[in-house]
Amino acid sequence: MPIYIDQNTRVVVQGITGRQGSFHTGQMIAYGTKIVGGVSPGKGGQSVEGVPVYNSTFEAVEHHSAEASILFMPAPFAKDAALEALDAGLKIIVLIPESIPLHDAMEIMAYARQKNAVVVGPNTFGLVSSGNSKIGIMPNRYFVPGPVGVVSRSGTLCYEIVGHLTENDIGTTTVVGLGGDRVVGLHFIDVLKKFEDDPATEAVVMVGEIGGSAEEEAAAHIASSMTKPVISYLAGKSAPPGKRMGHAGAIIERGRGTFESKAEALSKAGVKVADLPTAVPPLIKAVLADK
Amino acid sequence: MKLYEYLGKELFSKYDIPVPRGKLVERADQAGQVVDELGGVVIKSQVLSGKRGKAGGIGFASDFAEAEKEAARILDLEIDGLATEKLLIEEKIEIEQELYLAITIDGSAHRPLVLASLDGGMDVEDVAEDRMISWPVDVTLGMQGYMAREICRRMGVTGNLQKELVKFLPKLYRMFREQDAELAEINPLALTPDGLVAADAKVTIDDDALYRHQELPRITEKTALELKAEELDLAYVELEGDIAVMANGAGITMATLDMVKHYGGEPANFLDFGGGADLEKTSQSLELLLGTDPKVLLINIFGGITRCDVVAEAFVRVKDNKGIDLPVSFRLVGTNESEGRTILEKVGIKTFTSMDEAVRHAVELTGTV
Repeated sequence: MPIYIDQNTRVVVQGITGRQGSFHTGQMIAYGTKIVGGVSPGKGGQSVEGVPVYNSTFEAVEHHSAEASILFMPAPFAKDAALEALDAGLKIIVLIPESIPLHDAMEIMAYARQKNAVVVGPNTFGLVSSGNSKIGIMPNRYFVPGPVGVVSRSGTLCYEIVGHLTENDIGTTTVVGLGGDRVVGLHFIDVLKKFEDDPATEAVVMVGEIGGSAEEEAAAHIASSMTKPVISYLAGKSAPPGKRMGHAGAIIERGRGTFESKAEALSKAGVKVADLPTAVPPLIKAVLADK
Repeated sequence: MKLYEYLGKELFSKYDIPVPRGKLVERADQAGQVVDELGGVVIKSQVLSGKRGKAGGIGFASDFAEAEKEAARILDLEIDGLATEKLLIEEKIEIEQELYLAITIDGSAHRPLVLASLDGGMDVEDVAEDRMISWPVDVTLGMQGYMAREICRRMGVTGNLQKELVKFLPKLYRMFREQDAELAEINPLALTPDGLVAADAKVTIDDDALYRHQELPRITEKTALELKAEELDLAYVELEGDIAVMANGAGITMATLDMVKHYGGEPANFLDFGGGADLEKTSQSLELLLGTDPKVLLINIFGGITRCDVVAEAFVRVKDNKGIDLPVSFRLVGTNESEGRTILEKVGIKTFTSMDEAVRHAVELTGTV
């Protein structure tokens, strides 16, 4: 049972005429995603990869009863586009851009709460229901169906780990990128709950990193409410305090958000923390064999 | 971007938040003149360090000579490795009570979070959890009167102080929102006979929102090399080791550093050159790293939107133009992997497909040079 999205989810691409937007529209269609329309104000009437382009998201929704949207545009324009998507009634919004101002992100999340919509990101690679549909920018070939749910704060590292799983003939149910920013729509807990309820997901891989408290909160949730096995990998063990390690959210501040605090919280919750990305597949194999 | 105390206080003044009268000076003799104007003063080093007080960066004076002496002492101080260039000299205020007040961003709740305590003037980490009141504010509602009253009730604040705080909180909240702040912290917030006064100011502005705050000065805590990297739009952090690391993606770059340490090596830096970098940017990243004179170069590419052939071409270009004489460990997989490998083989560079092997090889190489 797919979570969040499935092969029938009707997707709009906002910012479809840009370099990134048009390239990834092609990639998503190749994966099987139902891209029903694109939006680019002032460029209505054109078509990209055979997808009709509209001037407004409302217009695209009217014509194609779309349900989800993915955004490609420079950060200063992302708030307006995201609010438009929410106002037009879309229920899944994937925010690809990085460097969206924090206060813009908070306003987007507040409106999404009112509209009962799910925001993935910002600064995310998106999400994929393996073998069905992807709304994101991840490389297609690593995401093959299987029993493992994956949720990650970072992109390339997630591909690396999913790549190791694929090499070991372990596929995925759904892979969700939470995004590397400090204010993101989905947190580990939201996705862990979905995996717990998803009959197809037998085990979960959680890819975390230093900064913030999302891993500690996830650990508390796992201890109290998860029955499925969770394996984790955490990046940033060697990061110095006070330095932003690429992601806006990856920073140890005032002694909080350290690797040790996260690893300890997860271990206490019964989560095996892999010391290397290559250690994830054997740990997953072991928990799958136990079932 | 962290603001110096005096800049934070300038912002406060714009929002009608009371601050002590004061002057900014750069020389000890100027400090003396300020005493003549203000009477008893506090002299505060303007450095971006939380250890200022403990390091002796705050002094007091009541006459010209004393002020000059204290100012000279503080100007000579190095705090947390930072030189004191400016002093904020303020009138001594009559403090009846010290509070703590801050607004920050709660990432889990996606909301601004008000933190308030009656235990002001001490390290915020030392305030007991039950003495710190926290209140997340829904940005669609903003800071309403009832919220301020409720925060007071939970703090156990009544009477005149409550009236003062209910007036004060919305001003700080408005500044926090309008200035795209990540943090606006006042410790201590001083209750004086004339009402509440912000005795200190720690304000951090969201770097990603600076484009809409042209009026703010630009302050950086970065090293020269990190600034150069910023110009090139690279995420770069200097570290202490001898293995230069270049990778694409923040998470995988962190994981590469962790793995270097795991196998007994020491990374010289964090460099994430991003996804989908072109030939120019990739070459510049390489040149920047070579300029740091590392022992070994470790490149870890997992190409999604990054093309392996572009990285390989950049490597060859830099090798031809500037020379790459140090040992290199190169991991290359993903988009256009075989094209990239062919390009590198022509110049005698062998590549790994496994990150693990490439990192182990890099660590081994440090033993050979």
